[in-house]
Amino acid sequence: MALTDVWFLLIAVLWTGYLVLEGFDFGVGMLLPVVGRDPIDRKVTLKTIGPVWDGNEVWLLVAGGATFAAFPFWYATLFSGFYLALLIILVALILRGIALEYRGKLDDATWHRRWDAVIVGSSAVPALLWGVALANIVRGVPMGADHEYAGTFFTLLNPYALLGGITTLLLFALHGAIFLALKTHGEVHDRALKVVPPIGIATIVAAAGFLGWTQTLDGSWITWLLALAAALCLIGGLVASRLGREGWAFIGTAATIALAAATLFTTLYPNVLPSTTDAAFSLTTVNAASTAYTLKIMTWVAVIFTPVVLAYQGYTYWVFRRRLGRSDIPVTAQKANA
Amino acid sequence: MDAIDLARWQFGITTVYHFLFVPITIGLSALVAGLHTAWYRTGNVKYRRMTQFWGKLFLINFAIGVVTGIVQEFQFGMNWSAYSKFVGDIVGAPLAIEGLLAFFLESTFLGLWIFGWDRLPKKVHLASIWLVAIGTWLSAYFILAANSWMQWPRGYTYNATTGRAELHDFGAVLTNKVALATFPHTIAASFLTAGAFMLGIALWHLLRRPGEHGSLFRPAVKLGAITTLVAAVALVVTGDIQAKIMTETQPMKMAAAEALYDTSAPAPFSILTIGSLDGSKEVWSLKVPHGLSFLATSSWNGKVEGINDLQKAYEQRFGPGTYKPNVPLTYWTFRFMILCGVLAAAIALLALWLLRRQRMSKSKWLIRAALAVPLLPLLGNSLGWIFTEMGRQPWIVFGLMQTRDGVSPSVGAGSVLTSLIVLTLLYGVLAVVEVFLLLRFAREVPVESEPSDPEAAEPAFLY
Repeated sequence: MALTDVWFLLIAVLWTGYLVLEGFDFGVGMLLPVVGRDPIDRKVTLKTIGPVWDGNEVWLLVAGGATFAAFPFWYATLFSGFYLALLIILVALILRGIALEYRGKLDDATWHRRWDAVIVGSSAVPALLWGVALANIVRGVPMGADHEYAGTFFTLLNPYALLGGITTLLLFALHGAIFLALKTHGEVHDRALKVVPPIGIATIVAAAGFLGWTQTLDGSWITWLLALAAALCLIGGLVASRLGREGWAFIGTAATIALAAATLFTTLYPNVLPSTTDAAFSLTTVNAASTAYTLKIMTWVAVIFTPVVLAYQGYTYWVFRRRLGRSDIPVTAQKANA
Repeated sequence: MDAIDLARWQFGITTVYHFLFVPITIGLSALVAGLHTAWYRTGNVKYRRMTQFWGKLFLINFAIGVVTGIVQEFQFGMNWSAYSKFVGDIVGAPLAIEGLLAFFLESTFLGLWIFGWDRLPKKVHLASIWLVAIGTWLSAYFILAANSWMQWPRGYTYNATTGRAELHDFGAVLTNKVALATFPHTIAASFLTAGAFMLGIALWHLLRRPGEHGSLFRPAVKLGAITTLVAAVALVVTGDIQAKIMTETQPMKMAAAEALYDTSAPAPFSILTIGSLDGSKEVWSLKVPHGLSFLATSSWNGKVEGINDLQKAYEQRFGPGTYKPNVPLTYWTFRFMILCGVLAAAIALLALWLLRRQRMSKSKWLIRAALAVPLLPLLGNSLGWIFTEMGRQPWIVFGLMQTRDGVSPSVGAGSVLTSLIVLTLLYGVLAVVEVFLLLRFAREVPVESEPSDPEAAEPAFLY
């Protein structure tokens, strides 16, 4: 396997990790007003992602950094080309991080209400826009021989990409609901379970449409297989949720996201950013890549340190594995909100 | 203004802003880890209260450092795509490694530290905050290695076919002597910043309410002041090493820092100049004879090259063009950077002296000094980076690529202006919110909590 292929795979894995992990914390953020009907329930809801959301977001930063290091031309064209879309995502991620960290610093109802609104919006916007961005990467963009993006912001808002955005938005909401059902007990748990079927059905429709449409771009039997597996996992997750097997349900939606990402990246390969102007102008794993020397060093670093990172991130999830409920919110905070 | 100027302003604003929070994070994480260690070893509740008090302020600061860091990574590709293509083979690697080694470590273990207060074994809980501190050091090292490559490119070959710089010795990038000197200087500056931060807030408490909570803030004044002083000494030593390396690697930056137009041996160190702003004509000046020679070459009579001679030499080497940075800006930022550090150290010394002689009075003058001292290093850090980056101009990568050639060709001025305005406004709002929270928690004296109710003491740690 060529090192360029190894790095294409690694970047796909980093994106998958990001979507699976931050996917549920986006979902939790979006569902905050739905499952948290009173101040204490909202605290319970946010406490489920409190210790982990920032670590989840680092997957994005490492995916970005790895793209810069392994495929500088992909990074440069993509980030300058998707300029305004990325700006919106940046603003959302900044607001979201601050909202999650500052919300609990004061016990004041207005303060909480305002940050809650920020959390909902700043979770929904990137959940939608990452889908739009990924769909555009797979579909390709107008690009000449100079590998410079030749479209505008509105080129990115094509029907296929918008469907991709709606799919990730729904899928993350579903993933978040199932995560909340797994991580809480009491009313938050019950409300989260209640929204699973309607969001689940909508997700099936959107995902089927989106992954089916993806097949028409550059489909093969592998991408069909992956898309089919994603669909089965989605249905399996919903069934498990119905049967009260919440751990399996979460594995189901996590696998759905991973397999959907695999479908997209397999469709994309060996391109990294196809040109809709002329296929000859496409950026590929070969013409966008760094030198073999850089890739070799990066491979060693990744091989040594990725398992270490996975081990301690896994440990965090293990430490905070317990279900949370209203009794986990300190009495002082409960009084202040009464 | 065209896209280049706008992109430069955006980089300047977002980077200076980001670096207001970074040094506090680097320095304060270690100080909080130290306090936590004292609590772990002695079991003294005083240290736990101190850990929580400074820990809260640390977290408020850390959050903004994290979110503004995302912009830093994205904007290379967004605004500087030509630069990214040119240097990606080299600069991309330390950035990716920074993410994998440092960002994961910081974020994961900070989550464990905050939420593991009553859940983790004590040793693991203590290790968490130390791992956060180590993460900040790693992060600083890799990003400084990337920046140092832009100051003095090592370990690369220029590929004329692809038109980009290619890595051939990663060890040379990581052991670039500019990086090896810049790293300790940056860490020392971070401790100066965190020390002054602690000193200022603790001094304010002590002056406002002398009798009360002395057991909490007296040791903090001492820790803050000693940290500030030790860091100041380290800054002088590392700064001196940096100056000598800069004379060798970027003589133009050194000459501009001194507004030295003509090559001189011996060269004096200019403390202040009154005359034309760029120092080309002086009316009055205060100089240390032989000072610059010693600073730049370790010899009292060493030759220091001047701006005019370097300009001529660079024209021969790189072709016609202007190779001078903005001289007034480099000259004054260099001076005021040093002044900020000296003032912070002086206030720290004064505070220690007063503490020893038990002469804490409610003097207005002292309270003002206490409020000013945390701001001085922040200003000094900003000026230091503005000096370092502006002094490299017109280069984005010294000797290899000029800044004007690094911008994104496909991004119009309108897009850059939009993001400049949006990010600046957003950063302004964040500053207001964070200063509001910081002041509120800095004023609040930590409650004396009952050990039987661990959660009562830490509502601010929770969501």
